[in-house]
Amino acid sequence: MLGALAVVVLLVIALMLTFVAIRAWPAFQHNGLHWFGAQGDVDQQISTMVNTGANPSPADYRFGAWPLIWATILTTGIAVVVGLAFALLSAIFIVEFSPLALRRVLVPVVRLLAAVPSVVYGLVGILVLAPFVGDHLISSDRRTSVEFVIQLSGPGLLVSVVVLTVMITPIMIAIIVEALHAVPRSWKEGAVALGVNRWRAMWTVSVRVARPAILAGAVLACARALGEAIMLSMASGGKGFAPNPADGLTFVFEPLRPLAATIVENVESINAPAIRANVYAMSLVLLLSTLTLSFGAWMAKRSMRRYGVAG
Amino acid sequence: MTQLPPPIRRIALDEPPTVVAPPQPAAGNGATHRPRPPAGPVRMTLEHLGVAYGRTAAVKDVSLKIRQGEVLALIGPSGCGKTTLLRTLNRLTELTPTARRSGRILLDGDDVDDMEVTTLRRRVAMVFQQPNPFPMSIFDNVAYALREQASRRPRRSVLAPIVEDALRRAGLWDEVAADLDRPALRLSGGQQQRLCIARAIAGRPQVLLMDEPCSALDPRSTATIEQLISELRLDLAVVIVTHNLQQALRVGDKVAFMYLGDLVEYGDARDLFSAPRARRTREYVQGAFG
Amino acid sequence: MAALGLRAPRRKRHESLSSWRIRDRVGLAMCWLAGLTLCAIAGAIVLYMAVRGVQYLRPELLLSKPEATMDQSRSGGFLDPIVGTLLLTVIGIAIATPLGVCTAVWMVEYGRPRWLARLVESGIEVVAGTPDIVIAIFGLALFQQGIFSWLSFTSADGAVFGRSFLTAGAAMSLIALPMVFGSTREALEAMPRQLREASYALGKTQAATIRRVLVPAARPSISSGAVLGMGRIVGDTAVVVVLLGATLRIDPSGSLPGVDVLRGTGGTLTSYVYNNSPAGEGNAPEKAYAAAFVLLIIVMALNGAVELISRRAGGSVLAQGRT
Repeated sequence: MLGALAVVVLLVIALMLTFVAIRAWPAFQHNGLHWFGAQGDVDQQISTMVNTGANPSPADYRFGAWPLIWATILTTGIAVVVGLAFALLSAIFIVEFSPLALRRVLVPVVRLLAAVPSVVYGLVGILVLAPFVGDHLISSDRRTSVEFVIQLSGPGLLVSVVVLTVMITPIMIAIIVEALHAVPRSWKEGAVALGVNRWRAMWTVSVRVARPAILAGAVLACARALGEAIMLSMASGGKGFAPNPADGLTFVFEPLRPLAATIVENVESINAPAIRANVYAMSLVLLLSTLTLSFGAWMAKRSMRRYGVAG
Repeated sequence: MTQLPPPIRRIALDEPPTVVAPPQPAAGNGATHRPRPPAGPVRMTLEHLGVAYGRTAAVKDVSLKIRQGEVLALIGPSGCGKTTLLRTLNRLTELTPTARRSGRILLDGDDVDDMEVTTLRRRVAMVFQQPNPFPMSIFDNVAYALREQASRRPRRSVLAPIVEDALRRAGLWDEVAADLDRPALRLSGGQQQRLCIARAIAGRPQVLLMDEPCSALDPRSTATIEQLISELRLDLAVVIVTHNLQQALRVGDKVAFMYLGDLVEYGDARDLFSAPRARRTREYVQGAFG
Repeated sequence: MAALGLRAPRRKRHESLSSWRIRDRVGLAMCWLAGLTLCAIAGAIVLYMAVRGVQYLRPELLLSKPEATMDQSRSGGFLDPIVGTLLLTVIGIAIATPLGVCTAVWMVEYGRPRWLARLVESGIEVVAGTPDIVIAIFGLALFQQGIFSWLSFTSADGAVFGRSFLTAGAAMSLIALPMVFGSTREALEAMPRQLREASYALGKTQAATIRRVLVPAARPSISSGAVLGMGRIVGDTAVVVVLLGATLRIDPSGSLPGVDVLRGTGGTLTSYVYNNSPAGEGNAPEKAYAAAFVLLIIVMALNGAVELISRRAGGSVLAQGRT
């Protein structure tokens, strides 16, 4: 009987994949693989779909999600890379080099930060960071230089990435700190007794032993960043624009809107079939990405078990 | 008439019970008769060394000389301070925040407080009670200290002969030469301990500290490592802490007996065991307390 | 110390950096930089929210219902969102806890066939890693089917609305499930075999052992897992926006008292903050800050509860003594 209850979980996942895939199918049916490419202004395509309402013609299904996918890759990628480096260094600081009193304060604070809801981060992002960026960091020359292509106001890539990094780092810090604490003392002592200085001992032994946990933390943070809809819909500028690295420094100020944020902003009009198909298609992409992440992490952990580093 | 239960049979003793005294080694008896090399130069000098954790003194006013070519065995009951003394020699006690030290330790005439602690630990290496090879390959384990201490990461071809030499001196080469990239944790307990010894001596230290290295091992591995120690002492000064009096006699050239932080007696191994001068030493050696 | 005859020690506690390679010194510097930046950012966020919250939070906000007007002086407080948060949390945890505990018990105590156990374990990890927006979208798809029409409002032309406290609560239970499962499983696995063996030796069946011995012993962990799950539910906005309607007020549907609220739509603190920020329709940042502050207090209280539970049970999750 208990086993049946446990199987409920599997059932739910199977249902999830099925339902989302079925409802997403019309989008791919009408667009084929071009759905992943750029087919013009995404915002315009969305408003066309909203306007046609209940009876869309096949042409109305046209949608090229590339700007949204690119936005997702940018925000998630940069946030995870920067966040992981920061989290690793902070964790080493907390475990090894920080004064005792500071350590006692930092650990609960980090855990608190990890629990803060994303909507609060979004609020601070949009009410504090975005105006700061818009007023102080974007010069009017910069604005005029791209004004025919896109409007530059505060919210954009920079604000999104900064807030996203601050959001996903605490959980990584907490995981890595716990893993570093769990490294057996005999190894730490052994390294130090061999005449290796504290930094090297920490880096070559403890961090090496903690690698599976670091990977797990990174995957967790990546999944959270991918799925972050609310904060990014507040802080990213809400325009389906693909920031162009060729623009130089202006690139970081350009607004964008990742996949998850697009989903959440179009949920009200979800009864229109064209919108519905595309929203579910975006959800399917997100779902498959997180599944692939988990699988990739599992495979990487297996290869780390060889030398006795516990998974 | 009711039957009485049969009387309990008295168990006859064949002979009155005796207490068997621990073997009193006469000259040449029990201990393997090893040719003793002439004692080399003094490597470390302890002058009035004292160590305290917080308010409790673990080691009180110990003065000793440690020579190359000699194995110094530290014996004594639990809590007598021998492990603390050992760990002070390479300043490992500093890892404990409450530890305080007084007195001087000289390594080849230099005060250890004046030198970099990492330099000290390269010259005074340590092997622990529980074998603790790193979760890496055998080669990486032995080469670890060499890699991390060099100012530029040496190439494997440079390290390979040093690793081989260390493994040979530790008596492990024949067993692992086939595959040096095997994970070190897959070795048996005795092999792991010999790997730790190889790792410790790879950097050519001047003193080797051993904290009950055989207590976690089976008798065969113990015998192998004791043989190793006899060979190693030709190049280094060895200080070994042991709970096992027989081992101290087998392996040690000089023995220091400690009790509750005091150095009670220090002398030649055979003399201390056969004719201990202090009453405490005699009681301990005869097994009156442990 | 002087009483023991030891002189004042002369010791060099810290290694000097002169022997370190350049790379090591750079590494150390970066660690310090990261650590101090962390302190600065953490301090800034906490202080800023505290200042804004104290600035804008007034007791009447907690007790009055929100009104949908443009005039902010009459737009009321956020009582309904608070009630909404509570209601949603209770429903979510009420579903997640039995499900999580049963799954964990099955996994640890029975766990056969093996392939099924591994599959379930991966399944829970998948659920844990799925973004909440995807869970919300899936919930919408699921609960808009005809068989679930009893969970929410059905419009005149037969279209199931799919949004209600019940549907949102069900989705929230999926979000809280991995926490409860994880904590329970850890607790059960950490229990020594002797505990089970003693119970069997007394003649109890496996079911009775689980019910009477193991689950009560795991209670602190189950509680802390449940509280962690509650924390996640309280902080979640996407499910609320998609599956609860994110309205300002609680909107009951139907005529049965009590059940009508459950089948109706509403909002929570998180959706209230979202709606009142520039990203939503509202333009009331003061209300948003006040609500966000209340949200933070709730989250801190839940975090504190987890610490309290594990400390009373005799061990700390991230042991503070292990510095």
